[in-house]
Amino acid sequence: MGYHRITLTVNGTAEQVDVPSNMTMLTMLREKLGLTGTKNGCTAGECGACTVLWNGEPVNSCMVLAVECDGTRITTVEGLSSADLLDPIQEAMIEEGGVQCGFCTPGMLISIKALLERNPNPSDYEIRDALVGNLCRCTGYLSIISAVKKAAYKINSQAEPAALAN
Amino acid sequence: MQMAHPGLPEFDYIRPGTLMEASRFLADHPDEARIFLGGTDMFVRMRDGAWTAKYLVDVKGLHGTNELHYSSAHGLVVGAAVNMNRLISSPDVQNYYQLLVEAAHSVASYQLRTRATIIGNICNASPAGDTTGACIVLGGILKVHGLNGYREESLSTFFKGAGKTILKPGDVVTSIHFPVPQEGAAGKYLKLGRNAIGDLSIVGVTVFGYRDNNTVSGYRFKIALASVAPIPFVPVQAEAVLAEKPISKETVDEAAQFAMDACTPIDDIRGGAKYRKQMVRNLTRNGLHEVISRLGLKI
Repeated sequence: MGYHRITLTVNGTAEQVDVPSNMTMLTMLREKLGLTGTKNGCTAGECGACTVLWNGEPVNSCMVLAVECDGTRITTVEGLSSADLLDPIQEAMIEEGGVQCGFCTPGMLISIKALLERNPNPSDYEIRDALVGNLCRCTGYLSIISAVKKAAYKINSQAEPAALAN
Repeated sequence: MQMAHPGLPEFDYIRPGTLMEASRFLADHPDEARIFLGGTDMFVRMRDGAWTAKYLVDVKGLHGTNELHYSSAHGLVVGAAVNMNRLISSPDVQNYYQLLVEAAHSVASYQLRTRATIIGNICNASPAGDTTGACIVLGGILKVHGLNGYREESLSTFFKGAGKTILKPGDVVTSIHFPVPQEGAAGKYLKLGRNAIGDLSIVGVTVFGYRDNNTVSGYRFKIALASVAPIPFVPVQAEAVLAEKPISKETVDEAAQFAMDACTPIDDIRGGAKYRKQMVRNLTRNGLHEVISRLGLKI
């Protein structure tokens, strides 16, 4: 089986890795790069625990081959916070009780990040629609939906002073 | 050796430089090579052991596969590598092919649609393909590159059985072309799933209507059904009755009954055959009423 040397950017850091043809992005992140925040749930593109941002778009990393990541940019849950500061989405999830066992949380955070970037003020339906591919067996989802709304408020509140200054 | 956990079997990843190179490689390895687009169905089947492949031939990036282009003269071209989110977010597709947006949006989840493609959906030839019905009723024509160059294939003769198409080793579908829809045309995709959003269809009914002076009512209605036969298909008698009679509640009921009678569903984990047939009748009737209403017809 063939191996491929690929270069890519993960959470802002340039990486070079050798990957076999059949290795998925998920396995590369966890086993080659040690980024175990991204979880392996169903390996069928259904549970969303492995969701990462790939060139800015959320994707099930179990559904992408590592070799396809050559020259691309990935953001995992480890890339959301900076230094000691949590992302507002992470803060909101903690404050609203959107985390219980935590297994779905990394993928959930990434999907929420992507949602709020393309739609800063999502409706309830838009939130549910955007998170349909992230299964959570603990929370019952309501606290997560509350967290999305709170995160949107936090992000939009941060953005407003800058917009006024301009 | 490091295991490629979780569980994709071994294969070699091939990225041809040209379409001819791809066609030749695929023709030279008919039982060993598979075309690779989004992989959303293929990976699941390979992990389950249902499919094997010595080579995955990635055709994304080959000539024409990334094209997404609309013109008022020629209609819409959607390349094989265009993922469903890109299709859905295209202003031209939203403006002129809302039915395609609706169908693509019903597929799985946002993050899976980052990988899923409508050409993959079609070539997979699943009877449950959500976008296939829209492609049929919108008159989609496939552009196929084979060993003898390009040719076109109609979707009306494309499907040969569950998972089976007319494609031969060496054939690569590079794009699908849709004609310009008539102004005022209206369509609806009604999907019955176990959940409101995101699930595979138990029954899928696509209805499309537009002006046509060659029918009794001055309108023509196209219908495609999913998950109720080995292939996605058109209930011909249902379309015929809608063309040959004035549009009324009785005509709609008659067409819905013809659609139901044309189905040959199976019992499976998602639903029983009897239930599926009845839901085809109900959803066809509902879809027709909605399209008729959006066309501005009073019945």
